[in-house]
Amino acid sequence: MLRYANPTRFMQLSGTLLPWLGGASIALLAAGLYLGFTAPPDYQQGDTVRVMFIHVPAAWTAMMGYGLMAVASLVGLVWRHPLADVAAKSAAPLGAVFTALGLITGSLWGRPMWGAWWVWDGRLTSFLLLLFLYLGYIALWNAIEDETRAARAAAILALVGAVNLPIIEFSVDWWTTLHQGESILRSGGPLISTVYLWPLFAMALGYTFLFFTLWMIRIRTEILSRRVRSLMLTGEA
Amino acid sequence: MSALLLRDIRLATRAGGSAMLALAFFAAVATLVPLGVGADLKLLARIAAGVLWVAAVLASLLALDRLFQADFEDGSLDLIALAPQSLETTAFAKTAAHWLTTGLPLTVLSPLLAVLFGLPEEATLALFVSLLIGTPAVSAIGAVGAGLTLSIRRGGLILPLIVLPLLAPAVIFGAGAVLEVLDGLSNGALLLLTAFSFFACVLSPFATAAALRLNLGS
Repeated sequence: MLRYANPTRFMQLSGTLLPWLGGASIALLAAGLYLGFTAPPDYQQGDTVRVMFIHVPAAWTAMMGYGLMAVASLVGLVWRHPLADVAAKSAAPLGAVFTALGLITGSLWGRPMWGAWWVWDGRLTSFLLLLFLYLGYIALWNAIEDETRAARAAAILALVGAVNLPIIEFSVDWWTTLHQGESILRSGGPLISTVYLWPLFAMALGYTFLFFTLWMIRIRTEILSRRVRSLMLTGEA
Repeated sequence: MSALLLRDIRLATRAGGSAMLALAFFAAVATLVPLGVGADLKLLARIAAGVLWVAAVLASLLALDRLFQADFEDGSLDLIALAPQSLETTAFAKTAAHWLTTGLPLTVLSPLLAVLFGLPEEATLALFVSLLIGTPAVSAIGAVGAGLTLSIRRGGLILPLIVLPLLAPAVIFGAGAVLEVLDGLSNGALLLLTAFSFFACVLSPFATAAALRLNLGS
């Protein structure tokens, strides 16, 4: 893996991979959407069940994003490799957007299902906290001017957050069971049938590929803009 | 380590120090809440734990801003870092000083405010114990944030954003310990809070020291 940590080699490799990744995500998302819209309406939820296909994968991708960001941060912190720092930096806004997408679609789904835009359900609340973790990470990175210093500070924060996330998740779950009487409106819905499982699978894969595609584009952009900056500093351009 | 601890405590308690300010802020926030939600004592007793816990966290944050900043700006942090003790020890000592000058006074003051909120006696005791156990975690996790935002000119604005989500468990378990008594059920909140606090206090100095190290450029 370290062989590909060289920025030049990464640029070559990602250049070849990018169209394939992008194509795969478009194909999978298209297939997922088609399957999702042709699936029969749920007997309880009716057509609103289709929100699941854009909501659940967004939430999965958001969590995956934090995991990848934390791993990249660890690599950057331990081996002091700039490409890992760039990777961590580029993952954060993507993760934040997927988290926000999960929250928004969840809220749109919650309105017809629970009768409220927002309920203080365990998952919703921990996702809101996840969004704040992402935003804090981005803010910290933007606030420190020196790039290597910003990378290391943000990496420490990402790791502290990664250690804390399971605890936050647990505490919020614990908290909602404490408040159970008033807020949990979910009826134990039917087990997902295969009619819904396939589009969900396709969409989840599509979202994952989309994340990697965008991530790669962002890393490439960052590398290129750093090169431009150093060229301008040396006065060669 | 004890010299550093005493020095920080002296600085915080002398005129212009942060200890009194944090305490006054805590009391002021707690006073504003009944003005906002009404004087119904039954309602106030119900929300007292949550309000006082949130106010305590915010008051601690207020003082965190200067935890390392003042020493960083006048260069004494560089000298402290040169001392033979490890940066982890330094971080721990300064965190402990922060707790002794904010968390502990807040805890001592809290029963008085709890009376104003009409909290029953056993619940007041639970609040006192939960703050006593939980506020060290607030100082410890806050110190990580203070270390990370050290070199940022307006770091005090970013500090709450990065620290508050991490403190969610402390507020949940802390307030939960009081609700446990109010509702007469047993949910183990105090044990979970103790575990969280130990965890935070043991691990945070390492993260704080790492943050200090990168800001000191060594």
